[in-house]
Amino acid sequence: MIEPPLASPDDLAAAYRLLAEELYRPLAGGTDVLVALSGRSGPPPDRFLDLGGLDELRGITLDGDGLVFGALTTYTEIRRSPVCRDLLPAFVDAAATIGAAQIQNRGTLGGNIANASPAGDMLPVLLASDATIVAGSARGERSIPAASFWTGYRQTALARDEIVIRIRVPLVADRQVRFRKIGTRRAQAISKVVLALSWVAAAPERPWQSVRLGLGSVAERPIRAIQTEAFLEGRLPTSDTAATASVRVAAEIEPINDVRSTADYRRAVTGRVLHRLIREAGGW
Amino acid sequence: MTVRFTVNDDPVELNVPGMRRLLDVLREDLGLIGTKEGCGEGECGACTVLLDGAVVDSCLVPVGQVDGHAVRTVEGLARRRPSAERPAMPDDLNVLQMAFLETGGAQCGICTPGMLMAGEAFLASGRPATDHAIREAIAGNLCRCTGYTKIIEAIALAAARRDAGATQ
Repeated sequence: MIEPPLASPDDLAAAYRLLAEELYRPLAGGTDVLVALSGRSGPPPDRFLDLGGLDELRGITLDGDGLVFGALTTYTEIRRSPVCRDLLPAFVDAAATIGAAQIQNRGTLGGNIANASPAGDMLPVLLASDATIVAGSARGERSIPAASFWTGYRQTALARDEIVIRIRVPLVADRQVRFRKIGTRRAQAISKVVLALSWVAAAPERPWQSVRLGLGSVAERPIRAIQTEAFLEGRLPTSDTAATASVRVAAEIEPINDVRSTADYRRAVTGRVLHRLIREAGGW
Repeated sequence: MTVRFTVNDDPVELNVPGMRRLLDVLREDLGLIGTKEGCGEGECGACTVLLDGAVVDSCLVPVGQVDGHAVRTVEGLARRRPSAERPAMPDDLNVLQMAFLETGGAQCGICTPGMLMAGEAFLASGRPATDHAIREAIAGNLCRCTGYTKIIEAIALAAARRDAGATQ
């Protein structure tokens, strides 16, 4: 194992000072970055910065019309949070599908975001929820919409001295968010397709507004299916809507063949899962 | 860096690289070879230990993050530890270990320490021992002998004895 140096600042200001001086790989729960220490997938980062001592990055708090997650919030904390279960149940659903207890106890929302895997399970939910990712550095803080955070394969909008410090999810009246992950088995699977769909409707018989469709594992980064969203906007969740939307989304995405699945399977299953979510919403 | 923590209630102080994996510290620096390395990538759960009572894959925890915390390994489960004067006896085992022995919950044995720690965390949680709950508790632990049925029976048996008032 390669054991690069680790800096362990006690507070956020100290972390910012270190990040301003040198290039560090931030370390949160470690569930992704520790795998790099074997060196089998290329040389690991030169030095790590432990965020674990930064209490400023912990906690789930209600802030006006938003729910704010500290970047170090673990999946277990999301699963156990009564406020999250009440207000953002799709976050609880998604957190429950990640790894198993060992990973959920360590892995963090901020780490999932910064690691920027196209298969990151929480990322489509953030896209579908219009979440804002707050980045911090010695230069200050700035908010980045989830929709513009992942810029390419494992690329983010973060500058080299910035870290994810918190995530703000607006609480929208009458918004529904649904999450579905397709993997080889229920636990410990990296997704073949992960999908989060949201819409706003004051009643089940009302047309859908503000439709968002976040997708993972179907492109080089987590994406929103903008064309399919536009099709669904203003529609009712009927069987005609579901049939057309499932064809549209399969045509819109550009998945690849890799070790976990094939492009054809991903297209087919994305269409089917979207169809099912619309059918369940429509109650037919 | 200097790290201080407890392993099975014993205080430990080490001067090691902060990015050294907890797994390597346990096995190589502390000689606690009960914890096994399977995949080394957080997929198999063979290296599962308890960190402040919660299951973690020790291959994914840098020891720098263990500073000030409490680790429990499979060596810490037995009610009484063997010594030179007094070799190990079956009744030294705790309720969960005894249940594994009785039901045949171990085959080749490499997943067993991790299964025991996952089972121990489940028992400590106090959750009702439904089949579903036990399966979820060990979902992060792979048994390549596929001996899951007897492992699940073992955890259920231990939970039944716990509920009947047996002490750990």
